[in-house]
Amino acid sequence: MKKLINDPDSVVAEALRGMALAHPELRVDHENRIVFRGDAPVRGKVGLVSGGGSGHEPMHGGFVGPGMLDAACAGEVFTSPVPDQMVAATQGVDGGAGVLHIVKNYTGDVMNFEMAAELVETEVATVVVDDDVAVQDSLYTAGRRGVGTTVLLEKIVGAAAEQGRPLAEVADLARKVNDRGRSMGMALTSCTVPAAGQPTFDLPEDEMEIGIGIHGEPGRRRVPLAPAREIAEMLVEPVLSDLDFTSAPVICFVNGMGASPLLELYLMYGEVAALLEKAGVRVARSLVGPYITSLDMAGCSVTLLRADDDLLALWDAPVRTPGLRWGA
Amino acid sequence: MTSLDSLVSWLRAFAASVEEQKDALTALDSAIGDADHGANMARGMAAVVAALDAQSFDSVGALFKKVGMTLVSTVGGASGPLYGTLFLRFGTSAGEVSELDPQALAKALRAGLEGVVARGRPEAGDKTMFDALSPALDALDAALSSGASLADALTAASRAADAGRDATVPMLARKGRASYLGERSVGHQDPGATSTALLVAAAARTLA
Repeated sequence: MKKLINDPDSVVAEALRGMALAHPELRVDHENRIVFRGDAPVRGKVGLVSGGGSGHEPMHGGFVGPGMLDAACAGEVFTSPVPDQMVAATQGVDGGAGVLHIVKNYTGDVMNFEMAAELVETEVATVVVDDDVAVQDSLYTAGRRGVGTTVLLEKIVGAAAEQGRPLAEVADLARKVNDRGRSMGMALTSCTVPAAGQPTFDLPEDEMEIGIGIHGEPGRRRVPLAPAREIAEMLVEPVLSDLDFTSAPVICFVNGMGASPLLELYLMYGEVAALLEKAGVRVARSLVGPYITSLDMAGCSVTLLRADDDLLALWDAPVRTPGLRWGA
Repeated sequence: MTSLDSLVSWLRAFAASVEEQKDALTALDSAIGDADHGANMARGMAAVVAALDAQSFDSVGALFKKVGMTLVSTVGGASGPLYGTLFLRFGTSAGEVSELDPQALAKALRAGLEGVVARGRPEAGDKTMFDALSPALDALDAALSSGASLADALTAASRAADAGRDATVPMLARKGRASYLGERSVGHQDPGATSTALLVAAAARTLA
């Protein structure tokens, strides 16, 4: 294992220390491992709290700031944060208008956020993001995983909260975004969890995994390595066959898993855009880059969101965070 | 009767087993999960041992409330809420007493299992810790009601937990991250059932 670390056990704490120094506009609670907006709690605004295992940066801590999240709880690498953290985050962003928990659908995240919501007196609403079409048979699994749509949801819902919309409306909007977002991912290589010290799975030089999640869990199937054009088809086809994207403006998000260079991600975007055009899908906005990563995994995911005028206006609204920043 | 001291020994023995098997648990989790079960459980049980070193407890209820809350606060993932709830419900069932007779011990363990079911909603055959714990408690109850000594009953429970753990190998996972693998989860031993078998084995060594 070759990594820019001092000690595998202190990676998360040391990264948060660096993040606090690089972004003095944020407030980092090192004891509870929470990144807060510098001005939290914002009086009268619905507070947005998310969180999850570390290793997906910039998600979630990099999405804290005006126009997006109010707080993000950082767990150990690929491990859900604990209820104490979510309780402290919820209390720290409670500006009197209630708090929305944005939870990716993983067993641990859901259970820990559930325990936290039971422990606080603040009014809490919860949205569970489950957009991964690679998980097909929902009745016999823990349900679809929360992946790329989470990024788009945090941006859009963050803008709505910033406008002063009430909790019930913000929570409904979050569910609407989740209902209209679909993702599919693939890996060229495994990732290496610092505490494990070796790749989570072996992937031969001439093979790739289709339908991976964001924790180094193996995918649905392993296939021979193929050109980008064919990989784009393997990702776009299941997304388009899961939901109709032809009759609305679409936000198209090509995400890097951590180790794939932007050069390749733009190449992939070109292939994805060509397939969407052929399928009659109108792309209104795009996002390309590593935003929901899986440590040092090489690969990408494609997320499509069926938008409307309200969602596009919220997408375009100003945002000022370490990970996403425009108009502000 | 099982004393507070024996219960503390049980927890320390479980912590030692988890520490010793840390890498093996993580290796099992690499195959069908996210490669952190050993590290997470070892961190949580080390925090439990630190709490046992730092203070003494005057009731079984207080001891297991502390253990449960410590695990919930330090383990993370699904194992934190599941093991945490197991010990919290164990403590609530045992109550403000300083020792447990075999029936009270079995009842507290059963309450712990019910807590796991309430939190994670597992069913038999889902390839989870339930598949080790549930047969273990059935064996414990059966042995006690047929008049076996606590030592023999716990030995039977440990044997059933090990068998339950082994039986997870051919199962298709239906809960947690392993469920995302579908058919590819078949042929691997469940890490949660494995750590649960360690918990029951530690009980058989220390509580009789």
